[in-house]
Amino acid sequence: MVQLTLPKNSRMTVGKTWPKPEGATNLRKVQIYRWNPDDGKNPQLDTYFVDMDTCGPMVLDVLIKIKNETDPTLTFRRSCREGICGSCAMMIDGVNTLACIYGLDEIKGDVKIYPLPHMPVIKDLIPDLTHFYAQHASIMPWLETKTNRPAKEWKQSIEDRKKLDGLYECVMCASCSTSCPSYWWNSDRYLGPAALLHAYRWIIDSRDEATGERLDDLEDPFKLYRCHTIMNCAKTCPKGLNPAKAIAHIKGMMVERVV
Amino acid sequence: MGFITDRKRAAGLGSAKTGTEHHWHMMVTSVALLPLVLMFILSFGAILGSPYSEVIAYYQRPFPAMIAILTMLVGFNHFAHGARSTIEDYTGGLTRKGLIIGVNCLSYSAAAFAIFAIVRIAL
Repeated sequence: MVQLTLPKNSRMTVGKTWPKPEGATNLRKVQIYRWNPDDGKNPQLDTYFVDMDTCGPMVLDVLIKIKNETDPTLTFRRSCREGICGSCAMMIDGVNTLACIYGLDEIKGDVKIYPLPHMPVIKDLIPDLTHFYAQHASIMPWLETKTNRPAKEWKQSIEDRKKLDGLYECVMCASCSTSCPSYWWNSDRYLGPAALLHAYRWIIDSRDEATGERLDDLEDPFKLYRCHTIMNCAKTCPKGLNPAKAIAHIKGMMVERVV
Repeated sequence: MGFITDRKRAAGLGSAKTGTEHHWHMMVTSVALLPLVLMFILSFGAILGSPYSEVIAYYQRPFPAMIAILTMLVGFNHFAHGARSTIEDYTGGLTRKGLIIGVNCLSYSAAAFAIFAIVRIAL
């Protein structure tokens, strides 16, 4: 259900301004959302100054530099540093994206970093993605077959394999789902763009034999039809994928079954 | 929240096995409204500002009257279904159910009034 104001304990307050590094001439102002579940305080926006002459070009470089040199309590997820693991998804400069592949040169003015919107926060920039992952699991993201297992492998033509391009690359960073207003208001029932993109990836897999069951499971006013083609998902996806298009294809297949 | 697993929470009550009819209905009525609204604007615009007797005579002709009736019928039907989606987006629980009943009453009453008025002029 829609929630237009933040609960009292989620309202932002002015945070700490950390001292500027001594002797630095090329400084960049970075404001970061901070929230610690243990201190009982509201979230705050801390201000840091980063010496860009000794920092890498990506937003993740800034975060790592702050954690290493200024504030070791700053908490965020990161792993691969090359846009493959999807761990460092956060809202940077108003855009849900991966900190490791988002360049500082793409941001005009101060750098503002928040956790992915409309998700419960565990600490600082770490959202709780438990429900998001459970929704992904619910669409059965694996090959379902009924035919006896072949002696070698399940074969697939080059043409059928090409249909999976633009789908299999999803790294489950949750940038798309957390940018979707339909997901904000009804994430308890709406599966969201990421889970639906994965659902479509298995629906159109030529080797999968559970197409009907998969469509049956998705045919629901909330699970699927909360998508109103807002397109935030396609705009924000750091991998350049188009979940809205995948959802439109699922809807098309649903119509094929009844008309 | 209770001690239920994440997977059970995500599955909820399962699939309603419905929604496609609503989706298809919205597509069909959208396509129907494209020419209907255009023809309604053109036919209504042609007589707009004319004396009362001319307007009555105009809507006693079959084409303008039928266009007007179809536009009202399809338009309010489309509105009822679209408003239901919006209500489902933004509300929950009993409020959701009450508003859906209300918007249906409003839409079909408005359609009935409009059609009755056109028929009364036309006949």
